[in-house]
Amino acid sequence: MSKFKLITDGLVKNNPTFVLLLGMCPTLATTTSAINGLSMGLATLFVLVLSNMAISAIAPAVPDKVHIPVYIVVIATFVTLLQFLMQAYTPAMYETLGLFIPLIVVNCIVLGRAEAFANKHGVLESACDGLGVGLGFTCSLTVLGLVREILGSGSAFGYNFIGGHDGMLAFVMAPGAFLCLGYLMVLFNKYLKKN
Amino acid sequence: MSKLLVSPSPHIHSKVSTRSLMLDVVIALIPAVICSVVFYGWQELLVLGVSVASCVLLEWAITKYMLKQPSTIGDWSAVITGILLALNVPYTTPWWVIFIGAVVAVGVAKMTFGGLGQNIWNPALVGRVFLLVSFPTYMTTWSQPQGLFGVDAVSGPTPLGAIQEGLLQGASVQDLTAAYNYKDLLFANLGGSAGEVCALALLAGFVYLCCRKVIKPWITLSILCTVALTSLIFWSVDPARFTDPAFNLLTGGLILGACFMATDYVTSPMSTWGGVVFGVGIGFLTMMIRYFGSYPEGVSFAILIMNSVVPLLNMWFKQKKFGRK
Repeated sequence: MSKFKLITDGLVKNNPTFVLLLGMCPTLATTTSAINGLSMGLATLFVLVLSNMAISAIAPAVPDKVHIPVYIVVIATFVTLLQFLMQAYTPAMYETLGLFIPLIVVNCIVLGRAEAFANKHGVLESACDGLGVGLGFTCSLTVLGLVREILGSGSAFGYNFIGGHDGMLAFVMAPGAFLCLGYLMVLFNKYLKKN
Repeated sequence: MSKLLVSPSPHIHSKVSTRSLMLDVVIALIPAVICSVVFYGWQELLVLGVSVASCVLLEWAITKYMLKQPSTIGDWSAVITGILLALNVPYTTPWWVIFIGAVVAVGVAKMTFGGLGQNIWNPALVGRVFLLVSFPTYMTTWSQPQGLFGVDAVSGPTPLGAIQEGLLQGASVQDLTAAYNYKDLLFANLGGSAGEVCALALLAGFVYLCCRKVIKPWITLSILCTVALTSLIFWSVDPARFTDPAFNLLTGGLILGACFMATDYVTSPMSTWGGVVFGVGIGFLTMMIRYFGSYPEGVSFAILIMNSVVPLLNMWFKQKKFGRK
């Protein structure tokens, strides 16, 4: 499989949000605006690429019985790294995403790719896979965040375009997250079926 | 030979159809509609028009352009959704807010699930709750009835809203309810959404539906009894903190909800006992939300919550098949 195909597969055919339905917790909770969704996606992308590479490198040496704990330790290392980096360079975003940054450790996309792909493939291929799936996650979260932001607060990437009016508050809250996710999933799968 | 018709059974059909049942519901809603227009004036007529027109148009457009199926607007269910939605919002609501409510009611709550008969929740209520959560300013600025020829609108809280506000400020319920006359509550002279104002007109519609055997009264009665009983218990324990049963029965959307929305065929249990349990649940949840919740009114939330348990109730209270023990 070519490296390019690995990346596009993660974006479309194996899209973690709309096709695999993985990582629903950060998807629903952090997409109150496009920026939040984008940052959450990028944070996950960072961990995903690095953990995929590290795990594919050490996989042959890891005894089968303890492979999950070992993977979790590897993932947790990168998450801690990310946490410190975000705290240092993007403290505002770190505050906004809050608990969901440390929760990347138990994000099923990261562990899922380690289990399903990284432990059977080479370092470079695993990096491409991590990049593809991570980008897929980032794009989905950004789109979801954008739709919710437009409908919920009448702005896009923080730029308000309805003046002093209020948006539909329900879309900023939990029900709006489920509603938007559902309808975007319908559209995405309709597009997939057509092609 | 041509006189002999050969066809499989059934040979005798009843004249009852979805369309005729829905028409009966529309007829039953007419007194309440007339009442609300008389009390609120032409603005209420506008709300009703926008709501009904957008519900019917949306259903037509969705079936035609998105589902590419024969249109289902002939069964009148979209009209009912429109009327109920209009009766559930204040008459001062802007037309575009009502249109969004109709999109959510018909588009999201009804057609997404497959149209009439497939929806889990009452469409009009989903629309209302969505509007309540999304546009709290429009949805909670209630106005006192001004009459068909009234000039200025005076905005004020609903009785339930006023009580909640008063309780937060430390007043006792007796002082607060003293401001309301039960005759006013029954004949509508208070702020509220259109459907909350005239209990008598709604009850007339309910009696009509029962007489025509369109609905059975068990669900409605069990809701009203549970509300009365629950509030009686709380009220007798602490009359300074909790409102009395008569007040609870006559205020808010309880009568509208109990008569017209909880009894919706699609979203209520099939068997009688299932319906009774359904009603008890609605009544109890309504009172819990009114007494302890952060919203002053809980009927719509209670009905939606109980709508979600209907499949379970249908499973637990199965109708006995003829001839089976």
